[in-house]
Amino acid sequence: MIQTPESEKEMSTSAQPSSLSSVANAKPARTQPTHATGTGLETRGIHAWFGKNHVLSNVNLEFAAGSVTALIGPSGCGKSTFIRTINRMHEFIPGAAMAGEVLLDGKDVYAPGVDVTKIRLQIGMVFQKPNPFPSMTIGENVLSGLKLAQLKVANKDELLESCLVRAGLWNEVKDRLGAHGGSLSGGQQQRLCIARALAVSPQVLLMDEPCSALDPGSTLRIEETIRELSDSMTIIIVTHNMQQAARVSDYTAFFLSDGGPGEMIEVARTSEIFSQPKDQRTENYVTGRFG
Amino acid sequence: MTTLIKPTKPWAKSPAERARDFGFLIAGIGIAYLMVAMTGMAGKLGYAFSFFVAYGAIVSGFSFITRGAPAAKDAFVKSLVAVGAIVTILPIASIIYTVLQRGLPGISFGLFANDMSLSAPTDPLENGGVLHAITGTLTLVVLALIISVPIAILTALYLTEINGKFAGPIRFLVQAMSGVPSIVAGLFILSAVLYPITKNYSALMGALALSILMIPTVARTAEEVLLLIPNDLREAGTALGGTQWRTVAMIVLPAARSGLMTAIILGIARIAGETAPLLLLTGGGDTVNPNPFNGSVGSLPYYIWKSFNAGSEEAITRAWAGLLVLMMLVLILFVLARALSTRKVSK
Repeated sequence: MIQTPESEKEMSTSAQPSSLSSVANAKPARTQPTHATGTGLETRGIHAWFGKNHVLSNVNLEFAAGSVTALIGPSGCGKSTFIRTINRMHEFIPGAAMAGEVLLDGKDVYAPGVDVTKIRLQIGMVFQKPNPFPSMTIGENVLSGLKLAQLKVANKDELLESCLVRAGLWNEVKDRLGAHGGSLSGGQQQRLCIARALAVSPQVLLMDEPCSALDPGSTLRIEETIRELSDSMTIIIVTHNMQQAARVSDYTAFFLSDGGPGEMIEVARTSEIFSQPKDQRTENYVTGRFG
Repeated sequence: MTTLIKPTKPWAKSPAERARDFGFLIAGIGIAYLMVAMTGMAGKLGYAFSFFVAYGAIVSGFSFITRGAPAAKDAFVKSLVAVGAIVTILPIASIIYTVLQRGLPGISFGLFANDMSLSAPTDPLENGGVLHAITGTLTLVVLALIISVPIAILTALYLTEINGKFAGPIRFLVQAMSGVPSIVAGLFILSAVLYPITKNYSALMGALALSILMIPTVARTAEEVLLLIPNDLREAGTALGGTQWRTVAMIVLPAARSGLMTAIILGIARIAGETAPLLLLTGGGDTVNPNPFNGSVGSLPYYIWKSFNAGSEEAITRAWAGLLVLMMLVLILFVLARALSTRKVSK
């Protein structure tokens, strides 16, 4: 079978449960403690609406500092909406509304008086489509967050290099930092966007299907990057690729909408979700019986 | 050993086909001559019209015989499109040709070094020049740019980035404003600013009226350009902790820069040759006026109008030379603006 993200998805949905569980256990268990700061992230009773349309109902999730959590589920079940409520990007959509609390280090990001731009510095985001800023060079793209938020940093070159190294892009671009971001390939652009998100040193990194537009090679590079980053930050990744969820995440949460608003059905360690899910609907989804 | 494969273009026309197409062209011209000779049509227009009809008929007739009705329709529409393109180009080419032909005899070094303070339009061409008109037009354009570009771009930003409650009415008013006749803009400034407040001609008065004409052009084009900027970029900027203003200033506007420059060029094109408001507001002085806020100031359209009115042979040559200078000036402004907009991003 040709290895493309699409066909991988096909494979994962058509494969037998036994092979899935073997994939789930392929990742070595985490041994050393992480260097992530803060006490993690918690959502309590998150609901979301677009106009009168109730799209997400009562999501309660805890994300331990330094963990990687994958959100899986069929399209339209509110996964992306959920992560956009976490860094307050949800409110940009006209007619959007929400309820519930998002606690970052125990403090609600929706509390009155909270500076929303500070929240977005602490909770970074990588989008589905690579979107480097077209008017900027590679180097400027990486440091654009500092300029946007008007932050001062002692050594820009050092930060530039460390961000690109952590995003796994340094070796490919170190000789052409002055070139345009658009001159990179799709996978490189997405890693540039990750480096850009890292430059403002967020505690939490949200990734909304970061590999859905990329080829398997680039996908693998980004998954490696995610594993390395999880030492220093909390990562929440939305993915339609269940093998990817199995490869990169410590925990997996399954979302589903049966006509009504999307709900979080089940959350557990990733190996459990893929080998012995508690809910029948989860099992149906991860074994490819629907979705 | 490597085999050399020559790149070929199997879809290209063969020499025989090219000869055949050339034959059609000749036949078209021949039939056009015959038609003009046999019917009542006459003149260049008669030749052009009968040539297009004959050529279209030959080409689509040939396609019909060889490849059937759909191909004939295709060939007919093709020749129609070509006619449209040629009909558009012809007047422009004719204008440029006429202006060059009539204007060049009036161009000399003295034209750019002198003003008309000591000469009349009817004087020999050696006396006087258009210096005052060039400086005046440049002053007017620059003042109008300074006034209208910020207003127009802020309006476009309101319509696209803020898109508040008043966006609908404002968009409608801007569109309505782009239809305001220039003489109305001139009369408005005359009665609202010049008579009650400044009570004197000046470049500023002219620039105000020109701004009324320029703002809707620039604002509407800028709005369309800003709408083309993908929303992803705005979201990415906001997700990196930028406020809306920082995101717009650092990401949206730079990404739209070349389009915004096009908007400004269109604005300049709208006002550079505008005459009516200047007749009312600038006084059309014959000397270089260094003060843009007081005193009458000349401009190229005014100079052209004044010279034509004077009527003598010298004066009319002056008018054509003024036209040529105006066209060159607009061209230079376009090239400058284009060069500024495509400048490489510096590290």
